[in-house]
Amino acid sequence: MLRAFITLAFVVIFNFFLFRMLPGDPIGLYARGRNQDPEQLVELRRALNKPLLEQFLTYLRNPFDSTIDSTRFSRPVWEMIGERLWPTLLLLGTAILLASIIGIWIGIRAGWKPGGRFDRLSTGSTLILYSMPEFWLGMMLLIVFAAGAFGIPGMFPVGGISTPGVDTSSPMGWLNVLWHLVLPCTTLVLIYLADYALVMRSSLIDERKQEYLTLARAKGLRDAMVRKRHAVPNALLPTVTLIFLSLGFVVTGAITVETVFSWPGLGLLTYEALRGPDIPLLQAIFLMFSIAVIVANLIAELLYVAFDPRVRS
Amino acid sequence: MSISAQRRRRGLAQFANSFRRDRTGMTGLVILAIFIATAILAPILIPDEALDVTKADGGRFESPSFSYPLGTDEVGRSILLMLAWGTRISLTVGLAATLISMVIGTTFGIMAGHFRGVGSQALVGVTDWFLVIPFLPLAIVLATVLGPSTLNLIIVIGITSWAGTARLIRAQTLSIEGRPYLERSKALGAGNWYQMSRHVLPNVFPLVLANTTLTVAIVILSETTLSFLGLGDPGAPSWGALLDRAFSSGAVSRGAWWYVLPPGICVVLVVLAFTLVGRAMERIVDPRRAS
Repeated sequence: MLRAFITLAFVVIFNFFLFRMLPGDPIGLYARGRNQDPEQLVELRRALNKPLLEQFLTYLRNPFDSTIDSTRFSRPVWEMIGERLWPTLLLLGTAILLASIIGIWIGIRAGWKPGGRFDRLSTGSTLILYSMPEFWLGMMLLIVFAAGAFGIPGMFPVGGISTPGVDTSSPMGWLNVLWHLVLPCTTLVLIYLADYALVMRSSLIDERKQEYLTLARAKGLRDAMVRKRHAVPNALLPTVTLIFLSLGFVVTGAITVETVFSWPGLGLLTYEALRGPDIPLLQAIFLMFSIAVIVANLIAELLYVAFDPRVRS
Repeated sequence: MSISAQRRRRGLAQFANSFRRDRTGMTGLVILAIFIATAILAPILIPDEALDVTKADGGRFESPSFSYPLGTDEVGRSILLMLAWGTRISLTVGLAATLISMVIGTTFGIMAGHFRGVGSQALVGVTDWFLVIPFLPLAIVLATVLGPSTLNLIIVIGITSWAGTARLIRAQTLSIEGRPYLERSKALGAGNWYQMSRHVLPNVFPLVLANTTLTVAIVILSETTLSFLGLGDPGAPSWGALLDRAFSSGAVSRGAWWYVLPPGICVVLVVLAFTLVGRAMERIVDPRRAS
């Protein structure tokens, strides 16, 4: 708990000082090409030329200041992040849920008979998926299933979250969103499940060596029961914590895949911010992603303590 | 020849022998050899005009043909030649960034394992911080501050990817610290530097090498991602930058698969090859961990 807070404090401090190292004239950049009141510019310059310590204290008082505007969109950054949060949660939530179910299932089948045909096939393919840039997989899926290459008709939309003009609050609108969700979600599921399957497999293999399994077999339990009742529940623990621990890796996938599919979430917002570069927006996004990952790590730790009595002592 | 040099040579020969018997490791090594040869020969085989936008002689987005085996890009350059040139950039960035990451990771790991007290705890704290912070947002922020260039890309990847190595090396150092020969060396008056450089480093080195190979794989993936986001040198056609250009020129909606497929296949092959070689090395150096 304390560690999480220290990490968080460092993120907040780092976030402040790193961006002060930027060379150049941020206000000139901000004012370029717009009708800015010269007096307002003088005011801005004065704020920027205040001593670093004073600026730092102002920042510390409220790192989530709602009056900070994006330089590119001229809107409060935290408001924009709030808007973009839901599409990302929908995409990542669905992808992580499906990937963990499929990944754990593959891991169980492969890890219960290591070296078998299923294991060799699945470990080989998960290794290949693991070596793949996720945005490239997304681009290939787009070319095959949306752009009409290879004589396959374009079955899915090339991007976005819904067809313009469709009311997303109606049942038809939900179906439309679902239809747009298929390709980006498939991309992420394929990439994430490789990780989950590998961990589930190796923790099940570790579990197979334990004595309590021999005992369960000696009791006369069938193989399937030994697996379902004894081995899998114990092997699940490291895998479930990993799903929370891997959120940093999940974020990477979200940024590039949302960019490829123009999915209007935080990932695409990151891409738009760095193409600017829109410094205030980038700063806020970095803070938001870091906090999300730190909280996920904390949850993973608490889960471990809750489910594994051995670490409690 | 001194006894230690003889022993080292024998160890190396043993390692080479075990590696040669590892089929997946050798497969990876052969793939790598092909890519490295391409990277080295690229400037000899490829005329300078091939990459020049103004001298491009093909049509826009031409599909593969006899004169352009992998088709052309949005200005009519041969994708095959750009791909070969990209091998050079992707491998250079991958290896250079890994070198930075390994030097930082090994130094931090050995020092955190060797020393006791507040300093060591601070090192562990910094390592943990880098392990927790999500890689891509951190790299984006650093790359934006430093500006887009190949050198900056190397630096950014190097300083964001060493934490895993540091943790591994620290654990290994802690197990070495308890061994009698280090105690003997301390009793004979060896200083910290001597202990770390003469006793700890040679012992963790095989593990460092195996880990390096695995790190290169991750680093090349990172390079591809960052270049795709436009954070590399815009003039250097690395595989990631090729994918970036394919994406922003609309190759995807045109269905120009020959522009998108090859760079990705190259990334997968190289990353897979480094992973296979690294895992084979790990199996030989540290059989307990690799299982």
